Amino acid sequence: MTPVSARRSKAWTVRKVNRRDTGYTGVPPWVFALAAAGALFVLLPLAAMVAKVNWGQFIPLITSEASLTALGLSLRTSATSTVLCIVLGVPLALVLARASFPGQRLLRAFVLLPLVLPPVVGGIALLYTFGRQGLLGRSLELAGIQIAFSTTAVVLAQTFVALPFLVVSLEGALRTAGTKYEAVAATLGARPTTVLRRVSIPLVLPGLASGAVLSFARCLGEFGATLTFAGSLQGVTRTLPLEIYLQRETDADAAVALSLVLVAVAVAVVGLSYRRPRAQPAEAGPA
Amino acid sequence: MTFSLDATLHARNFDVGLTLGPAETVAVLGPNGAGKSTLLGIIAGLLRPDSGHAVLGQKTLFMLDDGNRHFLPPHARGTALLAQEPLLFPHMTVLENVAFGPRAAGANRASALQTARHWLAEVEAAEFADRRPGQLSGGQAQRVAIARALATDPELLLLDEPMAALDIHAAPMLRRLLKRVLANRRAIIITHDVLDALMLADRAIVIEGGRITEEGPTRAVLEKPRSKFAAGLAGMNLLPGTITGHGLTSDGGLDITAHPEDGAVPGQDGVAVFSPTAVSVFLSAEHGSPRNSFAVTITDLEPHGDQIRIHADGLSADITPAASADLELTSGMTVYFVIKATAIAVYPA
Amino acid sequence: MSINRVRVSALLAAGTLAAGLSGCTAPNNASGTRTVTVFAAASLKATFTRIASEFKAANPGTRVTLNFAGSSDLATQISQGAPADVFASADAKNMAQLSDAELIDGTASNFATNVLEIAVPQANPASISSFADLAKPGVKVVVCAPQVPCGSATETVEKATGTTLKPVSEESSVTDVLGKVTSGEADAGLVYVTDVRNAGDKVKGITFSESDQAVNTYPIATVGSSKNKELARAFIAMVTGSEGKKVLSDAGFGTP
Repeated sequence: MTPVSARRSKAWTVRKVNRRDTGYTGVPPWVFALAAAGALFVLLPLAAMVAKVNWGQFIPLITSEASLTALGLSLRTSATSTVLCIVLGVPLALVLARASFPGQRLLRAFVLLPLVLPPVVGGIALLYTFGRQGLLGRSLELAGIQIAFSTTAVVLAQTFVALPFLVVSLEGALRTAGTKYEAVAATLGARPTTVLRRVSIPLVLPGLASGAVLSFARCLGEFGATLTFAGSLQGVTRTLPLEIYLQRETDADAAVALSLVLVAVAVAVVGLSYRRPRAQPAEAGPA
Repeated sequence: MTFSLDATLHARNFDVGLTLGPAETVAVLGPNGAGKSTLLGIIAGLLRPDSGHAVLGQKTLFMLDDGNRHFLPPHARGTALLAQEPLLFPHMTVLENVAFGPRAAGANRASALQTARHWLAEVEAAEFADRRPGQLSGGQAQRVAIARALATDPELLLLDEPMAALDIHAAPMLRRLLKRVLANRRAIIITHDVLDALMLADRAIVIEGGRITEEGPTRAVLEKPRSKFAAGLAGMNLLPGTITGHGLTSDGGLDITAHPEDGAVPGQDGVAVFSPTAVSVFLSAEHGSPRNSFAVTITDLEPHGDQIRIHADGLSADITPAASADLELTSGMTVYFVIKATAIAVYPA
Repeated sequence: MSINRVRVSALLAAGTLAAGLSGCTAPNNASGTRTVTVFAAASLKATFTRIASEFKAANPGTRVTLNFAGSSDLATQISQGAPADVFASADAKNMAQLSDAELIDGTASNFATNVLEIAVPQANPASISSFADLAKPGVKVVVCAPQVPCGSATETVEKATGTTLKPVSEESSVTDVLGKVTSGEADAGLVYVTDVRNAGDKVKGITFSESDQAVNTYPIATVGSSKNKELARAFIAMVTGSEGKKVLSDAGFGTP
């Protein structure tokens, strides 16, 4: 046969993703059992904590000045750090996903390092970089910028530990999206910056959003690097996790109540913005 | 104002030289992996050749000879690329998609949208303007993609099998559309379909193994194939003639009954196309059935795969060796080629 | 209840004596080693490690498992049922908490005291020489948060001297305060004498007379749920005895 009919018989189908699909799933029953165990493993400790909450004192405990200050500081610094993660992480992800240069794999490994590093180690590393005696700290101090014991230090510590979350999730999204749309946009006359702004970024927006949310959540929970690098002072560097750690010394009830607040905030942030990415139109289907 | 290209890319064993006139459309034929898409990639600026040069009108697309390292990026070339998949940006409406090129070229929003509306109307897709690409069928999406490419007013339009991914019913309409918009436009179209080559292109080139193996007017390439690939393509029976109410009268005087494709207007020039496998061979004329039956004189018989291919009066038919033996076919015999009307396609040429 | 207590205490006292004697004199039977688990405040790490090795030397076949952490952490662990035989706290408060919950045997005995000292980097960049110097503007002072023992001691000294510090950070442990000083981030930190001595050459200690306003006392006791009370008492006897006193005073601890 000539290739004519063979090529043309390829049918085009507009697939519709049906979320409430009641059809065959192909998941063996024992997987559900293990999944249930996994879910319990996460939920049970949370439930145990909730059970420990002294509800009679809950409101006074979480509305104390120290608690509110710590919560406010946590939200402020986490938001700032997330913005910083986007500013630094988007270019990193783009370079890692799109460019190819010697040492790329090494760069990726180092960027992802904070994922596996104990936060304390991150804190120590930051100390030797931005601290008064650190690599950059001395020059910064001469320039009149003092990072030690400042809120800036908290933001740096949070950004350091949260950046990989954004980079990983965005790089994955970029690789999945592929370069086809970008190539088309370029042949339509769009400069690289226009392609980035109008095609690449919008296409990976769900990935970027989930990366930013994960980063924010990680910032919110950051403890070790902050403690090591930034110190702990109410309203300046004492974020909610540090406040919890300190409250635990004297008032276990307050620590539990604040822990619950932190969990609630994290769940709210993740739940509100980390929805399942919208099903891509059939257009973006198989290559 | 010509386009000329001479490029080598060793990694893909590619070495092609090509020239196009101002309003010329060239069809690129060739087996899979022969280098057809590499050709378009190099012209569009998505692939960097090892050496060579290309000039489009006043613009030097690249010059990589004798120590020159000039390489124009894709966005500055004016060579819009239309791929197999429409690749409409899923996050924009259809109208925004078409306005993308003019916007990128610096047009303000209002005038870009106006241009977009014009081209959407041109491809008969104006009613989809506010839809999302995901809500379009494959054929509709590809029409919009054509509008999007044309809206950039490309000096050279590159089409990489634009109909390959389409439903069989969507292809004819798109082919007519392309025929209309490619008139007086410079384009290179990669295709596997002889019909596309015949209808859309002034000239055909065959690429095999990264080299041009055959080049010439499309009809000539298909009728007197020198390359193996073109010979395979040329197996299709093509009968040029005049479209009639029920089919086509061939230039040789055969009255063909077929289902004309949409848009085939009686009196217009057209071509009837059918596969050799659709031809049955009889020793006597068939009567009273809705079939085409033509008396032909066998010129020769040759093995063709596990079939026997019969050449007779410029037509060919594939039958089984057993049937051939039963009929005791030999050169010089007069036989009847019988083809169902539904197996013949008639296109405006 | 009170009668019972008295009787129990008396019994315990007798038992401690007996255990001490038997621990020193009676040869261990060959069958298996005995282990005493000691939960001690982090500031006791160096001294208790030495005392434990002396204890093992004096009691062949005995093992000592040491667990060092913040006193409040240890108290929490013990109240949650951690298998401790001895609890040595860095303050009276955490001991009292366990004692109130009737989780320890009898009364705790105080075995050491500790006072605050100023720790500065070797170069002493801010030229600190007194407690009042810490309140000078521009001096970066790191202290313990009031919620932890060294922090409450700091508060006490501040009140007694009428000096108000403006710390750049209130850390939740001595280690964190020292860390900020050794790394040069802070000009000075307020920690215990023993912490300064323990940090070696990395920091310089500056004693100040006002430190006697806040003397921290270390109590030690046998844990009520202990299965090795005899051995536990023997260990406590060594801590409070002459060997223990020597080790502790070498490390800078005072006697109660």
